[in-house]
Amino acid sequence: MNESVLKPVLELRNIHKRFPGVYALNNVSLDIRPGEVHALMGENGAGKSTLIKIMSGAYLADSGEYLIDGKPVNIKSPNDALSNGISVIYQELNLANNLSVAENIFYGCLPVGRFDKVKWDKLYSETQKYLDELGLDVSPKMNVGYLSVAKQQMVEIAKSLSKEPRVIIMDEPTSALSPKEISNLFEVVKKLKQKGTGILYVSHKLDEIFEIADRVTVLRDGEYIGTEPIENLNKEKLISMMVGRKLSDMYPKTTVETGDKVMEVEGLTTDYVKDISFYVKKGEIVGFSGLMGSGRTELARALFGIDERLKGRIILDGREVPANSPNKAVAYGIGMVPENRKEEGIFANMCVKKNVTISTIKQFIKFGHIKGRDEEEKVNEMVKSLRIKTPSLNQLIANLSGGNQQKVIVSRWLLKEDIKVLIIDEPTRGIDVGAKAEIYSILDKLAHDGLAIIMMSSEMPEILSMCDRIYVMKDGRITSELDRSEASQERLLYFAIEG
Amino acid sequence: MFKKVKSKLGIYMQNEQLPLLLLLIVLCALLTFFTPVFFTFDNMMNILRAASLVAITGVGMLIVILVGEIDLSVGSTYALSGVTGAAVLSITNNFFLALVAVLLLGILIGALNAFFVVKGKVNSLIATMGSMAIIRGVTMVTTQARSIQVTLDSFVEFGTGYWGPFPKPLVIAIVLIVLVGYILKHTSFGRYIYAVGGNSNAAKLAGIAVGRIKFIAYMIVGVLASLSGFISAARMNSGQPTAGNGFEMEVISAVIFGGASLNGGRGTLLGAMTGVLILSVLQNGLVLMQIDPFYHNIVRGAVIIFAVFIDERRKEGLTKKLLKAKSQQA
Repeated sequence: MNESVLKPVLELRNIHKRFPGVYALNNVSLDIRPGEVHALMGENGAGKSTLIKIMSGAYLADSGEYLIDGKPVNIKSPNDALSNGISVIYQELNLANNLSVAENIFYGCLPVGRFDKVKWDKLYSETQKYLDELGLDVSPKMNVGYLSVAKQQMVEIAKSLSKEPRVIIMDEPTSALSPKEISNLFEVVKKLKQKGTGILYVSHKLDEIFEIADRVTVLRDGEYIGTEPIENLNKEKLISMMVGRKLSDMYPKTTVETGDKVMEVEGLTTDYVKDISFYVKKGEIVGFSGLMGSGRTELARALFGIDERLKGRIILDGREVPANSPNKAVAYGIGMVPENRKEEGIFANMCVKKNVTISTIKQFIKFGHIKGRDEEEKVNEMVKSLRIKTPSLNQLIANLSGGNQQKVIVSRWLLKEDIKVLIIDEPTRGIDVGAKAEIYSILDKLAHDGLAIIMMSSEMPEILSMCDRIYVMKDGRITSELDRSEASQERLLYFAIEG
Repeated sequence: MFKKVKSKLGIYMQNEQLPLLLLLIVLCALLTFFTPVFFTFDNMMNILRAASLVAITGVGMLIVILVGEIDLSVGSTYALSGVTGAAVLSITNNFFLALVAVLLLGILIGALNAFFVVKGKVNSLIATMGSMAIIRGVTMVTTQARSIQVTLDSFVEFGTGYWGPFPKPLVIAIVLIVLVGYILKHTSFGRYIYAVGGNSNAAKLAGIAVGRIKFIAYMIVGVLASLSGFISAARMNSGQPTAGNGFEMEVISAVIFGGASLNGGRGTLLGAMTGVLILSVLQNGLVLMQIDPFYHNIVRGAVIIFAVFIDERRKEGLTKKLLKAKSQQA
C-alpha cells in the first residue's frame, strides 16, 4: 500500500481556538487517512480535547479549515459531524443507564416499521452482531446501568461502530479497560483499519501508541509540535516532544519530615467503598490511585461524610469524627476540594472574595457582624500568595480560568485556622499546564507547613511525583500500599488492574 | 474623591435594580399626570400601607427563593394567623398573648414545611402546595367559614394606627427590611443563604449545614406571613378565614419581578421591595383610573411576564458583551 497516494479523509488546517484566558489551540493542523491509526498525544491541557470537540462539531474553531475528502465542509454541530461520517467515543460515558444495551447502541436511530413501531427482533440481532465483533459478552436486553464501567466503555464503542463511520475518534478508550479488554479492542481497531476506517487514537499511554499507531501528532500547551510516522520515533523522543521541559520543573516535590499520625481511618464502608483503612501523617501527601470507577472519588466523599457511612471510624487527632455530616467534618478540621469544580466547588453567583471565605466566614465575625476590612485583607493575602489572577476581589468567580478557580477553592481551606487534613480530588483536572505546576508547588508548600494532604488522582505522573505514600484502589477497596521509593507507573497499573 | 463617587455611580449604573427604579419613577410620573389624586400624601400612605403587608411577607419569601425553594402556603398561613389572633383575643383580651401565639404558629408552619422539604426531600412546590390546601382547610373547619370579630382598641390600633405620620404596618415593614438587608449583607447567615441557593452541592462540600439554613429560611417566611395576617386582621377588626386568597402569588410575583431567580442564589432585597412597590402603585393606579377590577389581574399578569421577559433579554445581552470583552482581552 502506497501511503503517499492515499488522500486524507479528514483534514484540519491551521485551526485556532481561544477561550477566555486560554489560547487552547494555536495553529494546529492534522489529517487522517483511510485505514490508518493516527495517534494524538499530549499532556492534559495540551489541547487534545478541544481539537476533538472541534472535529466532532461540539466546538466551532475561531479560524482554520475543516476538509473532508479534500473539500471544505461546514461542521457546526455533532449532527453535522455524524452525517459526514465522523464518530467520537468520548472518555466520559454518554449512556442512558436506564435503557438496555441495544437501545443505547441504536440511540436515536432505532430500527422502526410502520407507525414508528420499534422492530425489537431486528434491534437485538443487529446489536448482537456488534457485540460479537467486540467480543463483548453481555445480553443486548441488559440494562446498561448494571454493567461494569469497562463494559459500559465497550458499549460506547459498539455504539460508535453502529454508525458505520469513516473516521472514528477514540478519546482514551482504554482508561477503564483490563488488559484482556484492551487486546480485544486492539483487534477491533485492526479490523476497522482493514475496512479502511480512519482512526484518531487519543491516549497518553506510550506502549499502546507503539503497538497500534501508524502516525503520531503531538500537541503541547495548545501548540502543534509535529506529526511523525511511528517508525521515526522512540519513547524518549516522543516524551520530549510532549513535555518539552524537564519533569522536575513540573513537580516541585521536596522531602518533608513527616510527623505524627493526624488521621486514622478504620474499616470505613459506604455503599461505594468497602473496608477502607489507612492513615495520614502531618506534612505527608498521601495519594490514592486506581482506574476509572475504582472508588477514589467515592472514598473522598466517604471521608468527608457525604455518602452514608455504614461501618468504620475516622479518628482525627484522637477525636472520632461523627458520621454523615460534612459540616461536622469541617468543624473537626477536614477540608475538601472536589473533583467537579463547576458542580461542587464554585458558587458561580458569588464573587471571588465570598468564594474564598465561605467556609471560614465565622472567623471574621464580631458580634454577628462580618468585619469587611479584615475579610478583604485576608483574601488579598491569599490572592497574592497563591497568585490568583483576578481583576478584583469582587469579580464573579465564573469569569476566572479553571486554574484560578481551583486556587480559590484551595485557598478556601487555607484560611481555616484549625485545618488539619485537606482532601483534594483530581487537583489539576481541566487546568492548563502552567497553573498545574503552580498547584503542585502550593501543595508541596502546604505539606511543608505541616498540613496532611490526601490526594485522589487518575494521573499517574502526578501521583508518582507528588505523593509520599500511595494507596491503590480497585472496586472500592484498597489493594495495596506503596512507598514513594517503590512505586512506578507499571506497579500502580498492576495493582489497579489485578488487585 | 470625585473618582470614588464616579466609580460608585458606575457600580450603581450596572446595578440590576436600576431599570426597576426607573420603571417605578416613570409609572409614578404617568399616574401623577393622568390622575391628580395620585400624588397626594394620603394616597401615598395608602399605597405604602397596602404594600407593607406584601413587603413583610416578601422579605421572607425572598430568603426562601434565594435558598432555591418556594413557599406557596403564605396566603393560607396569613388567613389562619388572622383567625387565630382574633380567636385568642376574643378569649383572653390580651394583645401580646395573641401576637406571640400567632408568631409561634408561623414558626411552627415554617418548620413543618421545612421538615417535608429538607428531611422528606419533597419538592418544595408540591410540599407547600399541599400545606397551602391543608392550612386553608384547617382555617375553614375551625371557624366554620365565619369571621371572628374583635373590638379591642389596642388590636385595631395595631392595624390602623400611626407612629408619627407613618402607618404602623409601614414602620414595621421598614424595620424588617432594614434588619433583613443587614442580615443578607453583613452576617454569615446572609452569605450562607446565597451560597446554598447558588450551588447547594458546593455549599455542602464547603461545610455549610444546608438543611439548617433552609429550615431557618422557612421559619422566617412562616413567621412573617403570620405577622402580615395578624396586621391585616387588626386592620379589619376581624379574623377572616377567606383572607389572603392569592396572597402567595402577589408576594412571589413581586419578588420575582424584583429580579430574584427562581433557581436560587440571585436576587436582592432592594429589587424585591421595588417589585412590591411597583405592583402596589400599579394596583392603586388602576383603581384611581377607575378601570374595571376584572381587568386588574390581566394587567398585573401581563406586566409581570413582560418585565421578566425584558430582564432575561437584558441579561443575555450583558453576558454576551462580557464574553466578547474577555475574548478580546485574551
